[in-house]
Amino acid sequence: MSWGTLRNTSQERELFQRRSFVAIIVVILVTGVLIGRFYYLQIIEHETYSTISDRNRVQVQPVPPTRGLIYDRNGVLLAENRPVFSLTVIPEQVSDMDALIGDVRDIVDVSSGDVENFRERLDERRRPFEPVPLRYHLTEAEMARLAVNRHSLPGVEMEARLVRYYPYGRLTSHVLGYVGRINEQDARRIDQVAYAGTHYIGKTGLERVYEKELHGEVGYQNVETNARGRVMRVLERDDPSPGQDLTLNLDIRLQQVAHSALGDRRGAIVAINPETGGLLAQVSTPGFDANKFVTGIDHESYAELRDSLDKPLFNRATRGQYPPGSTIKPMLALAGLASDTVTQSEIVYDPGYYELPNSSQVFRNWKRQGHGDTTLYDAIVLSSDTYFYKMAYEMGGGMMADHLEHFGFGSVTSLDVRDELPGILPSPEWKRRVHDEPWYPGDSVNMGIGQGYFLSTPLQLAATTSVLANRGERHAPRHLRYIEGEVPAEHLLPDVVRPPVEMGHESDWEYVINAMEDVVHGSEGTARRISPGLNYRMAGKTGTSQVFSLEGEEYDEDEIAKRMRDHALFVAFAPADDPEIVVSVLVENGGSGSSTAAPVARQVMDAWINGFPEVLTDQAVPGAMGDDGTTGGGQP
Amino acid sequence: MSQEFVRQIAFEPDHLNRRGGLMSRLHLDPWLLLLLFLIMGLGLVVLHSAGENGMAIVRSQALRIGVGLLAMLFFAQLDPMLYRRWSPWLYLAGILSLVLVLLFGAGAQGAQRWLALPGLPRFQPSEAMKLGVPLMVSWFLAQMALPPRLLPILLALALTALPGALIIAQPDLGTAVLVIASGLAVLFLAGLSWKLITLMVAAGGASIPVLWLFVMRDYQKERVLTLLNPGSDPLGAGWNITQSKAAIGSGGVHGKGWGEGTQSHLDFLPEGHTDFILAVLAEEFGFVGVTVLLVLYALVVIRSLYIASVAQTSFSRLLSGGLAMIFFMYVVVNVAMVSGLMPVVGVPLPLVSFGGTSIVTLLAGFGIVMAVHTHRRMLES
Repeated sequence: MSWGTLRNTSQERELFQRRSFVAIIVVILVTGVLIGRFYYLQIIEHETYSTISDRNRVQVQPVPPTRGLIYDRNGVLLAENRPVFSLTVIPEQVSDMDALIGDVRDIVDVSSGDVENFRERLDERRRPFEPVPLRYHLTEAEMARLAVNRHSLPGVEMEARLVRYYPYGRLTSHVLGYVGRINEQDARRIDQVAYAGTHYIGKTGLERVYEKELHGEVGYQNVETNARGRVMRVLERDDPSPGQDLTLNLDIRLQQVAHSALGDRRGAIVAINPETGGLLAQVSTPGFDANKFVTGIDHESYAELRDSLDKPLFNRATRGQYPPGSTIKPMLALAGLASDTVTQSEIVYDPGYYELPNSSQVFRNWKRQGHGDTTLYDAIVLSSDTYFYKMAYEMGGGMMADHLEHFGFGSVTSLDVRDELPGILPSPEWKRRVHDEPWYPGDSVNMGIGQGYFLSTPLQLAATTSVLANRGERHAPRHLRYIEGEVPAEHLLPDVVRPPVEMGHESDWEYVINAMEDVVHGSEGTARRISPGLNYRMAGKTGTSQVFSLEGEEYDEDEIAKRMRDHALFVAFAPADDPEIVVSVLVENGGSGSSTAAPVARQVMDAWINGFPEVLTDQAVPGAMGDDGTTGGGQP
Repeated sequence: MSQEFVRQIAFEPDHLNRRGGLMSRLHLDPWLLLLLFLIMGLGLVVLHSAGENGMAIVRSQALRIGVGLLAMLFFAQLDPMLYRRWSPWLYLAGILSLVLVLLFGAGAQGAQRWLALPGLPRFQPSEAMKLGVPLMVSWFLAQMALPPRLLPILLALALTALPGALIIAQPDLGTAVLVIASGLAVLFLAGLSWKLITLMVAAGGASIPVLWLFVMRDYQKERVLTLLNPGSDPLGAGWNITQSKAAIGSGGVHGKGWGEGTQSHLDFLPEGHTDFILAVLAEEFGFVGVTVLLVLYALVVIRSLYIASVAQTSFSRLLSGGLAMIFFMYVVVNVAMVSGLMPVVGVPLPLVSFGGTSIVTLLAGFGIVMAVHTHRRMLES
């Protein structure tokens, strides 16, 4: 078919060539425009896009420092960092979290507690693409299974992290405390920059007190990551400085002895070197395994610990406030002598009770038939309440408080014990301030035997007793003995030289200490039952701390529920003439100090002065502990 | 680029194309072949870096190039008269396949593009229409004296619009635009009057709101909006453009070096081995590399237009000229898309992007261009 009648071939060709020429011009122009576009992007805007590209791939990552280690006085490791393989999840890479957790559970064991904790961590503030741990302590078999199935689990990673580990978990939990994941409350009190990359922080105990020294300084690295956030290589690195190592005054062997001596009873023991104030042992039973808190304890286990009637989380040694009972009698004796209320030779008749002058109120002696004629010396040895009732009445609460304050009652005594409670040293001024009531003579009488409003902690009893052992010289109790690094322990913990306790008559110290020796060694001493076989001179004082007041009433121990029984107390130091160790013992509901607390103190002293049995030294090695790294709390 | 340079390119290298020379006997054009080899060679080099597993993807692409070269060799042997005779039938077959695709086609992402007929390999009829439409329009316009009058112009437009509409219905707006453009390119070369061209451009401009309201799907609109403001959705639709521009811009003058592109190797750049391969080239070889490639493309187009302008019949001229223009259009669309001048449409970079059908179609097209050139009768002499 034909549309045009006339065709001029050469004219058509020329037309086409004109159009082709136009087309070529267009091609050249358009190519020029495109090249111009690339000139703009690659040369004019090069800086801008380089920045975008680098920001894409280069990320600054904090490198957390390694936490400082904690050793006992003999270099035994008490807190270390162990690599733990954990299963972590990057939430940004997971579309269906429930399905993923289901898939993971087919491969490795994940308890519902783990999932619960994981979900809580998901809700916490964190960096984008930061992995969130789902399960810790993967076994080799689990790691292998995960490695095989990893391709089907997007967002799941295995991560090796250094996690705090306490080889003597239960033994040291109340001293060291523990570290735990930084929660929002912690996040508010720390410097976010210094803690970038750090996952754990000291929560309680020494881990908390020395957090700054143990933590170290954060480092940084520039890493190249791909679009999915996976680190491909490290470009630049500024190493962190590790935390400083601490050496404590604590002797883990003594800690072990003290722990075993208490056995399954609730109680506390504090042992101090009076020359330095160094804490040789500090035990509160029952203990708990601090390792459980490091990676996050599940709610059930925590509730069990929290609600247990035995209160294992409660640090009885530093926060348990008990009436000191008769253990303060030696110090009160010194106060009585110093204030010339009594003399060394003065004799008081003890009929078994004390009747308040101008009143019908009667205060009973613990021994109902009384001790007869007693000197102050006898009153300490026999623990005569009557003598001290009378003396306290004569001295008055104000004067007693003035003297006892010098020993350290009523205030925090230690330098580096977390959350130590100060107890209560009552006085007329105190009672007016706190209770808005006048001080009655009966209050003085009760104070004379360490009851009534009087409260003290086992740590405070050991501290005040060590002032006695030192004949007035005071060294504040402390855990830290030596710290690695630039700041020596002396700078960190200056030895607060408190003014020595001055007593009017120099001979009073030996008078009281001799009486305390007779408490143990004398034929009438309240703690005489522990003397057989003692090859050193021990000075001690028993005490009984009333759980609630039973003034003037007859009572039968057996009829009272066990937990209503008196707490047994004992304070002691040895050797009496040149003391190396001061020990205070509390046994909750232990009954009398002489029968329950004194034998415990002797075990601790024997070990320190006569040396540790070989068997014990072996047991103190981590390898001898149970699988979970804890010692059994039960052997007596 | 100066006019002189263009003339130089158009210069016939007689020593290679002497009667009885190897190239001549194979009906190949040495200039075109050299330029195509340079482009594809550069493409393989970039692909080695852009692909996730280096050599495997290069081998696979080399195989496709081989198939494409065979197709080119085959199509170069055929006399242009044969194409002319077969054009209407090819076109009809293409239309039929497009209808079949709509009825029975298979596809992905809500679009039906593939046709699997018994006894034939799976193919995209829309891809074949990239050749079918220029063939048909050239055949039609070669019947009459040029420039065409109004009625034939309208008929040529209808021949172009019919497959265009069928492809839009798949829906595949990108390919439809290119297919329609190929028909328009032939019309332009046939001498469509400037008045009409102005009118059509105006009509095209006016139809944009109509397209926006009635033809374009949501995802297509989103791509356009994203182009206008990539920051609006930096992790979604804007991601490709943002990352592509970052790759190109960070390449600078000389690039980061072969295999050193961080944008592509760290997976920030999506589709680095297919539609966005130019961004990889730009990142690793810089402005220099991009300029070399774009100049090579321009030279291929100019050489093809030269071949068209010296062709002997109206059909040969229109066909080879149309193919040259459509090739250039592919280049422009892809380059403009990758550099953020146009919305993201799924158009690969000709001869460089990884992918089968496109390379074979393109090389077959160049085979036709070479056939036009090497089957000339020695009438003038």
